Amino acid sequence: MSNKLNASMSIAKPDSQALTKIQKVAVAIGVIGLFILVLAFFNVNFPNKPLFLTLSLIMMTVGTIIFANNAYLTKPEGIKNDGIWFKSISARGIVGWATGIALTVFYIVLYFKAEWFGLAGKGEANTGLIALFDPLSQLLSGRPASQWFVYGVLYTVAILIFGYKFILKYRHNKYERIRTYSVMFFQLGFAFLIPEFMARMNSNLPYYDLKSIWPLNYYIFEEWSVKGFLSSGTLGLMLLLFGIASIFIITPILTYKYGKRWYCSWVCGCGGLAETAGDPFRHLSDKSQVAWKVERWVVHSVVVFVTLMTTAVVYSYLGTDSSKYWLTKDVFLIGVAGLLTLVFALVMIFKRQELAKDAKYGAIGYFVIIMALIGMHYFSGTNDIFLFDATTLKQSYGFLIGAIFSGVIGVGFYPIFGNRVWCRFGCPMAAVLGFQQRLFSKFRITTNGGQCISCGNCSTYCEMGIDVRAYAQKGENIVRSSCVGCGICSAVCPRGVLTLENDSLKGRINSNEILLGNDVDLMDLVNQK
Amino acid sequence: MEHIVIIGNGISGVTAARHIRKLSDKKITIISAETEYFFSRTALMYIYMGHMKYEHTKPYEDWFWKKNRIDLKFGFVNSIETKNQTLHFEDGNTLKYDKLIIATGSKSNKFGWPGQDLDGVIGLYSKQDLDALEALAPNKEVCKRAVIVGGGLIGIELAEMLNTRNIPVTFLVRETGFWNPVLPKGESEMINRHIIKHHIDLRLDINLKEIHADENGRVKAVVIEDTGEMIPCNLVGLTAGVTPNIDFIKASVIETDKGVLVNRFLETNIEHIYAIGDCAQQREAIGNRRPVESVWYTGRMMGETLAQTICGNKMAYKPGHWFNSAKFFDIEYQTYGWVFATPKEGNAHFHWKHPDDTKCITIEFEKDSNLFLGINTFGIRMKHEVFDRWLTEERSADYVMEHLKEANFETEFYKTFEKDIQTNYLKQFKMAQL
Repeated sequence: MSNKLNASMSIAKPDSQALTKIQKVAVAIGVIGLFILVLAFFNVNFPNKPLFLTLSLIMMTVGTIIFANNAYLTKPEGIKNDGIWFKSISARGIVGWATGIALTVFYIVLYFKAEWFGLAGKGEANTGLIALFDPLSQLLSGRPASQWFVYGVLYTVAILIFGYKFILKYRHNKYERIRTYSVMFFQLGFAFLIPEFMARMNSNLPYYDLKSIWPLNYYIFEEWSVKGFLSSGTLGLMLLLFGIASIFIITPILTYKYGKRWYCSWVCGCGGLAETAGDPFRHLSDKSQVAWKVERWVVHSVVVFVTLMTTAVVYSYLGTDSSKYWLTKDVFLIGVAGLLTLVFALVMIFKRQELAKDAKYGAIGYFVIIMALIGMHYFSGTNDIFLFDATTLKQSYGFLIGAIFSGVIGVGFYPIFGNRVWCRFGCPMAAVLGFQQRLFSKFRITTNGGQCISCGNCSTYCEMGIDVRAYAQKGENIVRSSCVGCGICSAVCPRGVLTLENDSLKGRINSNEILLGNDVDLMDLVNQK
Repeated sequence: MEHIVIIGNGISGVTAARHIRKLSDKKITIISAETEYFFSRTALMYIYMGHMKYEHTKPYEDWFWKKNRIDLKFGFVNSIETKNQTLHFEDGNTLKYDKLIIATGSKSNKFGWPGQDLDGVIGLYSKQDLDALEALAPNKEVCKRAVIVGGGLIGIELAEMLNTRNIPVTFLVRETGFWNPVLPKGESEMINRHIIKHHIDLRLDINLKEIHADENGRVKAVVIEDTGEMIPCNLVGLTAGVTPNIDFIKASVIETDKGVLVNRFLETNIEHIYAIGDCAQQREAIGNRRPVESVWYTGRMMGETLAQTICGNKMAYKPGHWFNSAKFFDIEYQTYGWVFATPKEGNAHFHWKHPDDTKCITIEFEKDSNLFLGINTFGIRMKHEVFDRWLTEERSADYVMEHLKEANFETEFYKTFEKDIQTNYLKQFKMAQL
């Protein structure tokens, strides 16, 4: 799709893109709030930090609330996509690009140059932007702020205020409302407050966002993290066990029952930001078949990468003497290999038909990991997998995937590639859940007989770039691994064709040559396979 | 290789082409003078409203056609020479066919109003209509007021479109309620109120007399027949229905009436020439259906059927139970089976409306036998498959009311209204009998 802003064929500006007076005032209030942060960044030393921080956050919040109220509450309930492709911010216009660049720069500084935000060296006090957040951090956890605390606060505020905006936008839609309350709750409670309080209770505990599950939380099984848990008594041990149970027990059960949406669009922080602050950009995702091919290769490669990396890292700090601790390097490797083989075998035996072409991708991934495991065993004694040192592997993953992909590209590029770039192309958690959703889940999007008019609203507003219409116009259920179940396709459908459902596995993936509406004999004739 | 030529790349022609390709290896050419690629006509409104760009309305990516060996030809057919099986194009080119499918769709109705061809008067059917609208009504400064003539599905869409650009709209409806030749009174009145809620100047029971031009021949005002009132405006939308787009056929030996006349097999009077979609007219109407059906779904169904016939499996067009859908501003509408504006003789209506004035249903059934005939549903999504089955099974209205929950297609967590509907139904039709 071209990036050209083709707002309107007319020379004059369509009226709908103009902001109302109240909206302009709201934007001004929000921008002044943001400007306080910018001043702090340029080392303006505010006399009363708590006051100015509060002022900044409140002004951004109030600005957004006034804007949202004016944009949505002045109109009847319903779909509010008027003029989306005419607005510079949401149609890859100059404002969109500027926002994208600003966000990208922010992320680069955050990840690689935190001292520019005023992060203190050892034994020094924070300055600049980070110092502005010190009082709040002291209040919550009793520690000075870090760049991650600043980021956490802004991230949470963004989800809350844009969540409010989203709720107003979809106030006629109860599914969207409840889902948004859920991401707001999990961000504020689980990602932000609980870890801060835990740090206050027990300073050894690593920062642990309970809802951030391996492999999204790729460092949870690293040595410092595991040591931190194990040195924090029963609570620490419980948390570590919860971390393991999250991916191996809780996740499969919930994904079976509800699809991966229970996580991706109800709980996850990345999803939370994408669904709230990122909502105005959802239509920018690439729907081409080429993009889908790239997506499958990239996201599954990340899964292979993270599995290998984690295995190598855990392997590197385990011992060899089974009399000291039962989990030795070898036991661990055999365990990993066994688990992978089990999953692979089960899929190949029971779900071969449904996978068809994709089976070979799965086989390749499986093969790579197993070969690497054998390699590790073979080179036992060193920490290398083939020629890569486990630390190098970890660092490259952290840099490439953790920082560049999820942060810089994932959020920085919202206004260019849409709000789910990370979730779609990069997130290994999404890939693991998606794999299960495709093969072993009750979730699907159902289409309503022959009612589709191929208008394309569903595909356009699918943030994951799924060509929903391609299925709907065939009367076929949508069972795609990438679907995060945000429900927007169903909301924007003007003919009531789509709905999200959990139902039995049987007949879940269907396909009709002839749609409902024609004579029944014709349908039978043509649909018989 | 047999060459199948299809005139028209709308839903009918494209569906036929796709199915012929699935069933055979024949050479297929689709001709269009509207757009290079197939797009969803029903989505035109969303382009003007800024919900989508033109690209998004194309259901298949551009590579699809080549991959499936469907040739696309951009050009206007002037005439059909049936004897030599040749098409003559406006630019002088010709094209031979072995079988010809006419799927040229519709054009907007004009009823001979003075001024109906002025600059500034548009219909809303084709991509060209949309382009014209964009040029004439880019914003409220250029278009200070628009007048829409014709209270049907396209009229209300045009009103919604102009509304998104804050262009004041006067909506002239000949009938006493919006679309009330089709919708029962309670529904039509609910939609009237919904239209007014969106700040549309809705004028019911009003006829257009003439359209006035300024010195440049552009629309300046309309005059109302009934009151003589003159309404200044820069745009007039004529949305009083559509009529088959078949002028280029009239001179040929292919028999036409309002549309191209076809039998149940969608064959015209000339061998190897077929007509489907909006432009086809059944010699005898099928059931309660109109002889000319200008609906997306029927076009698609005719395409599916004709592909069978062309590929050697001769098949009559036998549409199943009637269904349709639309959206009136924020209110979705679906219909299954037959519900008439006033119950047919021997039938009764049950009407339920939610107090919030955005949801209602009407069912029509036979008074004596209680046989369920159809449902209109507004603001509540219901399952096509379930109603199709109930109609086939000839269920009673009592049964449908009792099992209404099965037909619910709403989003999770949505409030449901079956209980309230059932209670009302019982109150209205059963208590009285006791």
